[in-house]
Amino acid sequence: MYKYNDFDEAFVRERVAQFRAQVQRRIDGALTEDEFKPLRLMNGLYLQLHAYMLRVAVPYGTLNPGQMRQLAMLAERFDRGYGHFTTRQNIQYNWPKLQDVPDMLDALADVEMHAIQTSGNTIRNVTSDHFAGAAADEIEDPRPYAELLRQWSTDHPEFQFLPRKFKIAVTGAPNDRAVVRAHDIGLQIVKNDSGETGFKVIIGGGLGRTPMVGKVIRDFLPKADLLPYVEAIVSVYNLLGRRDNKYKARIKITVHENGLDKITRLVEARFVELRPHFQGADVALLERIAAQFAPPPLPEVGLGAFEQAFDSDPVFRAWVDSNVAEHRVPGHAIVTISLKAHGQTPGDATAEQMRVMADLAEAFGHHELRISHEQNVILPHVARADLYAIHARLRAAGLATANAGLISDIIACPGMDYCALATARSIPVAQQIATRFDALKLEHDIGPLKIKISGCINACGHHHVGHIGILGLDRAGVENYQITLGGTGTEDMVVGDRTGPGFAYDQIVPAIERIIATYLDQREAPEETFLDAYRRLGMAPFKAALYPVEKAHAA
Amino acid sequence: MPKPFSPKVVTANALLEGDVVYLTAGDEWTRHLHEAELLQDEAQASQRLLDAEMRPLEVVGPYLADARASDAGPRPVHFREEFRAAGPSNYNHGKQEEHA
Repeated sequence: MYKYNDFDEAFVRERVAQFRAQVQRRIDGALTEDEFKPLRLMNGLYLQLHAYMLRVAVPYGTLNPGQMRQLAMLAERFDRGYGHFTTRQNIQYNWPKLQDVPDMLDALADVEMHAIQTSGNTIRNVTSDHFAGAAADEIEDPRPYAELLRQWSTDHPEFQFLPRKFKIAVTGAPNDRAVVRAHDIGLQIVKNDSGETGFKVIIGGGLGRTPMVGKVIRDFLPKADLLPYVEAIVSVYNLLGRRDNKYKARIKITVHENGLDKITRLVEARFVELRPHFQGADVALLERIAAQFAPPPLPEVGLGAFEQAFDSDPVFRAWVDSNVAEHRVPGHAIVTISLKAHGQTPGDATAEQMRVMADLAEAFGHHELRISHEQNVILPHVARADLYAIHARLRAAGLATANAGLISDIIACPGMDYCALATARSIPVAQQIATRFDALKLEHDIGPLKIKISGCINACGHHHVGHIGILGLDRAGVENYQITLGGTGTEDMVVGDRTGPGFAYDQIVPAIERIIATYLDQREAPEETFLDAYRRLGMAPFKAALYPVEKAHAA
Repeated sequence: MPKPFSPKVVTANALLEGDVVYLTAGDEWTRHLHEAELLQDEAQASQRLLDAEMRPLEVVGPYLADARASDAGPRPVHFREEFRAAGPSNYNHGKQEEHA
């Protein structure tokens, strides 16, 4: 993975020193809160419902064991013994004290991490496929490009005060695991007819108040043109994007209001202007970065005790079936460590669990860990022969829940339990759904199903692209939950359809149960997934199950 | 007819810890809603909010939140204030627990 050079090190340290002085000036009264707030946000520090919250970037979701151990140390020393992994591959600490934050940032700098541009109207943490470098379907590892974008966008003088926040995601595989079509810019590595590798460039995607599927602005962009082209897009947006209305300020609205044709013309013209200025420095830098992402040596190894354990241990088998994915090298595998134990807070890991995951990455996983946007942790490179040993260690740490991609593998934003913007709670809804379907023992029978829950319209929980999406709102002083069906965040991204009126807090889990009962009843075969069944059946049977009284009236 | 004034408390977050705090009648900041001063009329509420805004070295973002009287002191009206007073529902981590 990428190793900081002297410049990176000095830059991050200087920012910490600056922020330390800013915090002191706020405490002494030399800075007002209005003056201090943008400074703390630039360094990832929010003030939430009950406490400050520090959002730390995990660039493109990649961590080494030393970094994970440092995150554990921070959780223990400055928080309440845990951290929360988010849908943007970040980690959030929910209970830091203001005076401690500079020390936290220094401790992060010790392991080449930071919280820069995890907030504010800037280019945020560049996210990526959590299976990058390991997936069997991958054309090329997207992370060197993500790192190049991170370096280019960090403190970019032109883009510190954009109309609104700006999110970029990169994937190297045709199966989109990084939700690139829901980003301001989505980059997908593709091959053209002559076999060259480049990018399909997608812009104007997003969720939130006005969900939009991203539109392709370039079918094929040569790799060497990445930075000037992305800079052209952000530059056009910076001038054209609306600053009069926060809700119309994201690039998705700029593209929608101006039309893709006009935006394309402007971007291409700006690209022609910008391209000569790069003079190949970006390409040279990319080469240096790419060398640091060389894949680990993965010799073709035998399966060892794997097959015998798989045949004889049903708990292990269930976990392999749901949490182990195909690796590009035979004999190896990608492990998803579920942070969704039934009844636990989605995405939370204790300091002790973080250390266990760090140890496993060191012992079995070529020192690599990933954070997924689905709020799980990934060991991208392990030998199948080691899976049984890994499973045993995970089990002892409460990390072996066999539910990746199933109904209890729920994305949930922090919601009103933590977030100052939230209009309703998300976490307890996720906990109750997971606990309920675990008790019913239906999870594996239901099969692949993505439930995503947001506690407000900003959609951090990606509810629009959940097969079942849940949106928590405040309706006349009471929590109310709207349901959407049929959304998906993959390469065929679709925004889900609203079922109708929302449900009260104590009615939302029964409502989800009625949806699932309808699916189980009406699916053609166990192989027909919920999403496929919804696409075949449409909304009607689910609506009938959700709103039985209305149906009686209609009859 | 103007809407009748509903009782309020002054609330904010403590500058250093971020804790939810309430203004008491004795001009102290308390972590406990039931110890807050319940403000029964609009002029008094505005005055107390101004008082709070003059203390930027102690708190961030003071505002008036609806509250209702009870034998045990002010109680929250809106569910958001209930969570602010009690702490998150997934863990027993509300700072109010710590200070109780």
